[in-house]
Amino acid sequence: MNSVHDMGGMHGLGPIQPEQNEPVFHERWEARVFAMVRAMGSWRKWNIDASRHQRELIPGADYLRMSYFEKWLAGLIELMIKKGLITRAELESGHAAAGSAKLTPALTADKVPLMLAKGSPANRDSNTTPRFQAEQRVRTRNINPEGHTRLPRYARAKNGTIDRIHGVFVFPDTNAHFQGEKPQHLYSVRFTARELWGEQAAAQDTVYLDLWDDYLDPA
Amino acid sequence: MTDHDHNHDHDHDGAHQAAPPEVTLRVAALESLLIEKGLVDPAALDALVDSYEHKIGPRNGAKVIARAWTDSAYKTRLMADATRAIAELGIGGMQGEHMVAVENTPKVHNLVVCTLCSCYPHSILGLPPVWYKSSPYRSRAVIDPRGVLREFGLELPQDTEIRVWDSTAEIRYLVVPQRPAGTERLGEEQLASLITRDAMIGVALVHPPRTQESL
Repeated sequence: MNSVHDMGGMHGLGPIQPEQNEPVFHERWEARVFAMVRAMGSWRKWNIDASRHQRELIPGADYLRMSYFEKWLAGLIELMIKKGLITRAELESGHAAAGSAKLTPALTADKVPLMLAKGSPANRDSNTTPRFQAEQRVRTRNINPEGHTRLPRYARAKNGTIDRIHGVFVFPDTNAHFQGEKPQHLYSVRFTARELWGEQAAAQDTVYLDLWDDYLDPA
Repeated sequence: MTDHDHNHDHDHDGAHQAAPPEVTLRVAALESLLIEKGLVDPAALDALVDSYEHKIGPRNGAKVIARAWTDSAYKTRLMADATRAIAELGIGGMQGEHMVAVENTPKVHNLVVCTLCSCYPHSILGLPPVWYKSSPYRSRAVIDPRGVLREFGLELPQDTEIRVWDSTAEIRYLVVPQRPAGTERLGEEQLASLITRDAMIGVALVHPPRTQESL
């Protein structure tokens, strides 16, 4: 979707403000939100693409104003309600609905080290031949879906070169909407900065994006 | 101009956007609801927080880089298959499942960003700093990398090739900085202590130790 989250190439969003000796979490609630997002992910009611898309659905003005973990909190709440893990009434009252069954947490403390060590690989076994080879010229499609995509606006309808083939990966555009993983080849695609930004860019500079088959055509 | 406008215009004193105070209460209430429903185990939340506050952080990445600087066979493996080479050191997992290492040279400088959200190699560098997740960095790293680096105090020669890596998929990038001159006698652990998170994102160089005696 063409929302403010897709901000590559925008101007006017202010100076970068690095912080010396920055803590991992600035406040305890941030740590709890981060941990709740991970723990709730273990119920496997959604996936990482759906989580990202849920945060993209935050209205643009709010998205720009909210801190990172506020966005995580908002996204988590909406996903839990959508998937029936909690109700809005429970959220407002702060208590489980009368008569609702108490579940056993999907993620217990003893499982945390293994979960972190294993992660959730997004590649899939496949024997399919990649459509493109390294150094082949490609052109990105001009797509403007209302749903989730990982093809940023700044790289649509641009010519690039396949730099390397990563393998077969879950396709976010369908996975985010629970329409299947549609695994397909993922490529590192090299663009000259001038192809993306015009003559103002340095001639030798490049930008690399990881793009799936469904974003690409032969140039 | 009203007082409100005045305050608003000057509310730029830190990259960390302050959340409304009630968020603390909202989060506590949510956690208590999820515990009551049996959806989360508070001890699991504690374990997750503890892992990122005390165990998983940029020291992981620094070990990888120091090994690559001192062991050319390891570096070859790192550049060919970073996920596997990093796993040799017992490092990897969540948000580091698919790693690619990109090497800085006298002619090439690499910079990592995620314009669409804030993708970052958690298992190698820990959780990202606020500036990495901020709109200013996400928006400008791809269009004006030289300007962005200048804001970090890094001025590169005009003829350096800057490669910006926009993390649009589940591939996570680790910048292999240049080993600074004058560190030939340093061991792996001493080298690792020089390697900063920012250098592994690509917004800084690695500097030799300040005191010459330590060489």
